[in-house]
Amino acid sequence: MPNYDLSNYLQFILSGLSTGSIYVLVALGVVTIYSVTGIVNLAQGEYCMLGAMLAVTFIRWGLPLGLAAAAAIIGVTAIGVLIERLTVQPARSASSITLIMITVGVSIVVRGVALLAWGTAPFSLPAFTKGPPLDVLGAAVSLQRLWILGTAVVTLLLLYFLLERTLLGKAVRACAINRQAAGLMGIAASQMSALVFALSAALGAVGGIVIAPLMLASYDMGLMLGLKGFVAAVIGGLTSLPGAVIGGLLLGVIESLGAGLISSGFKDAIAFLVLLLVIFARSGRFPNRLGRRPARAGELAGRGARPTETRP
Amino acid sequence: MSKHWPPRRQTSRVLETLEVLRQNQAFRVLETLKVLRKVSRNALAFLTFALVVGTLPLWLHSPYLLSTAIFIGIFTIVTLGLCLLMGYAGQVSLGHAAFWGIGAYTSAILTVKLGVSPWLAMIIGVAVTSGVAYLIAIPIFRLREHYLAMATLGLGIIVTLAFGEFRELTGGPSGLPGVPRLTVGSFIFDGDVEYYYLVWGVVLLLIGLSLNIVNSRVGRALRALHASEAAAASIGVDASRLKLQVLVLSAAYASVAGSLYVHYMQFVSPHAFDFGVSVRLVVMAAVGGLASVWGAPFGAAAVMLVTVLLREALPLVIPNASGEHITIFYGLVLILIMIFMPEGLTRGVIESFRRNARS
Amino acid sequence: MVKWNRSVCLSLVCLAALLLASCTPAAAPQATAPTAAARAEAKVGEAFAIGVLVASTGGAAALGEPERDAARLVQSQLEAQGGIIGAAGLRHPIKVVIYDTGSTADTAITLAKKLINDDKVVAIVGGTTSPESLALVPIVQEAKIPFISAASSSQIVEPVADRFWVFKTAQNNRHTAPQQVEYAKAKGLTKIANLYVNNSYGEDGRNAIRDATKAAGVEIVIEETFEAADTNMMAQLTKVKASSAQAVLVTAIPPAAAILTKQYRELGLKIPLIQNHGIGMKSFITQAGPENAEGVLFPMGKLVAAQALPDNDPQKAVLLNFIKEYEAFTKNPTSTFAGHVWDGMQLTLKALEKMPTGLKLEEQRAKIRDSIENTKAFPGTGGIFNLSAQDHVGLSANDIVLVKIADGNWVYMPREKW
Repeated sequence: MPNYDLSNYLQFILSGLSTGSIYVLVALGVVTIYSVTGIVNLAQGEYCMLGAMLAVTFIRWGLPLGLAAAAAIIGVTAIGVLIERLTVQPARSASSITLIMITVGVSIVVRGVALLAWGTAPFSLPAFTKGPPLDVLGAAVSLQRLWILGTAVVTLLLLYFLLERTLLGKAVRACAINRQAAGLMGIAASQMSALVFALSAALGAVGGIVIAPLMLASYDMGLMLGLKGFVAAVIGGLTSLPGAVIGGLLLGVIESLGAGLISSGFKDAIAFLVLLLVIFARSGRFPNRLGRRPARAGELAGRGARPTETRP
Repeated sequence: MSKHWPPRRQTSRVLETLEVLRQNQAFRVLETLKVLRKVSRNALAFLTFALVVGTLPLWLHSPYLLSTAIFIGIFTIVTLGLCLLMGYAGQVSLGHAAFWGIGAYTSAILTVKLGVSPWLAMIIGVAVTSGVAYLIAIPIFRLREHYLAMATLGLGIIVTLAFGEFRELTGGPSGLPGVPRLTVGSFIFDGDVEYYYLVWGVVLLLIGLSLNIVNSRVGRALRALHASEAAAASIGVDASRLKLQVLVLSAAYASVAGSLYVHYMQFVSPHAFDFGVSVRLVVMAAVGGLASVWGAPFGAAAVMLVTVLLREALPLVIPNASGEHITIFYGLVLILIMIFMPEGLTRGVIESFRRNARS
Repeated sequence: MVKWNRSVCLSLVCLAALLLASCTPAAAPQATAPTAAARAEAKVGEAFAIGVLVASTGGAAALGEPERDAARLVQSQLEAQGGIIGAAGLRHPIKVVIYDTGSTADTAITLAKKLINDDKVVAIVGGTTSPESLALVPIVQEAKIPFISAASSSQIVEPVADRFWVFKTAQNNRHTAPQQVEYAKAKGLTKIANLYVNNSYGEDGRNAIRDATKAAGVEIVIEETFEAADTNMMAQLTKVKASSAQAVLVTAIPPAAAILTKQYRELGLKIPLIQNHGIGMKSFITQAGPENAEGVLFPMGKLVAAQALPDNDPQKAVLLNFIKEYEAFTKNPTSTFAGHVWDGMQLTLKALEKMPTGLKLEEQRAKIRDSIENTKAFPGTGGIFNLSAQDHVGLSANDIVLVKIADGNWVYMPREKW
């Protein structure tokens, strides 16, 4: 191992934080969907991919960056609602394994369509602001990384505002707490479901667009992103938004430090080892931010636990 | 039983108890008849299945399809263990391909690097994989729900990464070629037909074994466990020991499949056991029907045959259809099956027959 | 049960429209009408089939897709010409059968059996990744059919005694690595960092660089790896920055190679960045960004520098032609991987042209194998092929040139300019 000085350690941490912010954006989407509908959305990463790819396409068609990004986000949101209506709605009374399988199917279809439409070549997006990287005590931070961190912060604030201060947000939180009670109060479960899918899709799209200048957009970028974001969400407790933030940042930094201090070949292994440690340390007893035990998927979504048929 | 009954007046109580006993008798007779019918139905199903499988190579003259059938058999063995684990013991496993890989690599490394006999290597593989399963079972089964799924996912990925990293042992990402064939005396299993019978012989053996387990006291205990762990514990089911046994058994199945896999391909590489493959195994189990032993062969066959069929049929409908189209339609078929037949194909098909018969 | 309602139906209609709109195949072969003259001229002999196995979906799709497009290009050219003219002066229609292996070795095996027994091909070209190609080796050896791999691992064609039926058109990293090391040494840089992508391609390159540095007396001070799908190599590059390396040698392909280049500049690393032929595609420059790619050096087959070659170079015409046709056909820039499959198919077609008629399928395959093994001085995109019984690749270090990226373009760097 080479001799490291402060600037190297700082570099590890800073680049880990910026990667972590991306995981945060994906994890927020995962948590949003899970806490309201009980569905583990393994296709979350694909929303990032679609956001990035659509933004690239719109820019090629001549739109300026801001308009292209906005159009891409709207487009991905629409696709998210479409997916929800077509695949989740008809199966909303199914078991959680079935729903997971459906999201797997969705990710396969979305990736296949993206492969067909855009091919395998990666696309680059111009950096949002041009300029050399900043120097922070010897560590280099490119401007795009600041954009990523900034976007994550702004998104969090907007999300907080939405959930805590608006009626719609309160309805979403009510659904997360107890779907049946929320239904009794006049909150339609299926509308909430569509809403959170739209929200997660938008979150994913934002994440994809903001990292594309740094990490290139390609049809399969959603795979690893979705997985890591999901890991971040689990580290944070799967039903907790602040937990998702902590989980994402933690994952990014640990990955970076692990690669730098231990071994780059085992970088991913280290990340998953951390995941395992966190999971075992918790033993699944960590309450969500409302102080309740994370409920089973069936309960949250208001479906009675369906007894699985056990005939051989 | 009388303890739980609400207090009644003395006279009618005797009458009621007698009535209950009488109903109990009839109930018990009916239950025995049902079990017998189930057993004979299972036996009949098994024999029919064995017959179809056994005669397949006789009329299937395409080495391509025969080769596909061999892989279906190997996938079936892994999925069998997964069905037992997920459907009966109720434990989600998103890293099951790791067990498959451990068995495969153990066989490959022992036979290629140390010249060990393939059969001995297979047995050692089973021992190693079961050992690994035993070790992880204790911490893992303390977890619930999605934490369990994530833990299995993490473990699976770590194992796959290890396959790629320990290069001197495993050959690294390029893989390990030169794995020898299985032999019995002077007979070498190198033709597709011989290998087909070998693999499907093992499949039938394991299906029989699994059916036996599922219909026994252990199977009933498993089902009780799945329905409610607390209730099962209250009637004396040792939940953790049972789950451990099922995990070890499913790992052993996967290990056997891994050994059969490498001796057929004569090659092994880490990519064949990564997260995507684990997901594919769960897809096969879910499509076939989780809580059903027959779900494994039908699920594995369905998932692999969908791709085969699409490869043949799509170019007729969409000119220049290629891999991307096949992937898209494969995903669509998966979604449709999960929406319309969430219990899996075996149950879904049986149910639709029953419904048609009734109406 | 499925709960149908209006919104679900509406969404179905939207989805159907979306799918139909996007379901245009990426590269539909534009089969031009066969010229009547070509048809009328020669009498028609038997038809032949060539099998192509590439990974156009799955993890290796980035390599497999251009390979498949190259095969489709050849397919459309053959359809336009009506086939090839064989040894007896007859015209033989050629069918190109392309299957997608999904980047998995077991699918490659079953599809190979399909090609061999059902489609009755005379040769198989492809095997995008090294695991796929290695898994195909026992199959083609047993079925006695020539197989020309496009993958990189040297184990595919070695030991030659056990690889009678197996050939390879991809340049060995063994040829490109020495150039990378030589350049460093020529510039007086004796401590290098060895970075490689964590798959068989990268491993092969890493080993080749290790061997080359040993031979040249250059020291490897740090070795780091990264996954092909990684988007963050800052940690590895920070380690390199903190080490005493004077130059960085990389074995990787885009997008990882492009991201690495971007982050290399982001970190402010000033030492020379010498990559390898994996980045031999113009899109690398756009992906990394011209300002980041500026100054990157890499050795590769002359494909990339075709324009700059002297006119008497035997490869120049072949290369320019390939580039022109490929880009017209697919509307995408060329890549070395497309070239590998193209070379494999051209080798097969040449062998078919020399083959006598009236042979049984097994004899045809054997004859083609012999022809391929004895190919000499054949200009392909990867280099001038000189195969032999001991060398089933046929390329040499002479086929490699060093290229520098300057002003968003490739600049041929002959040794004088080093």
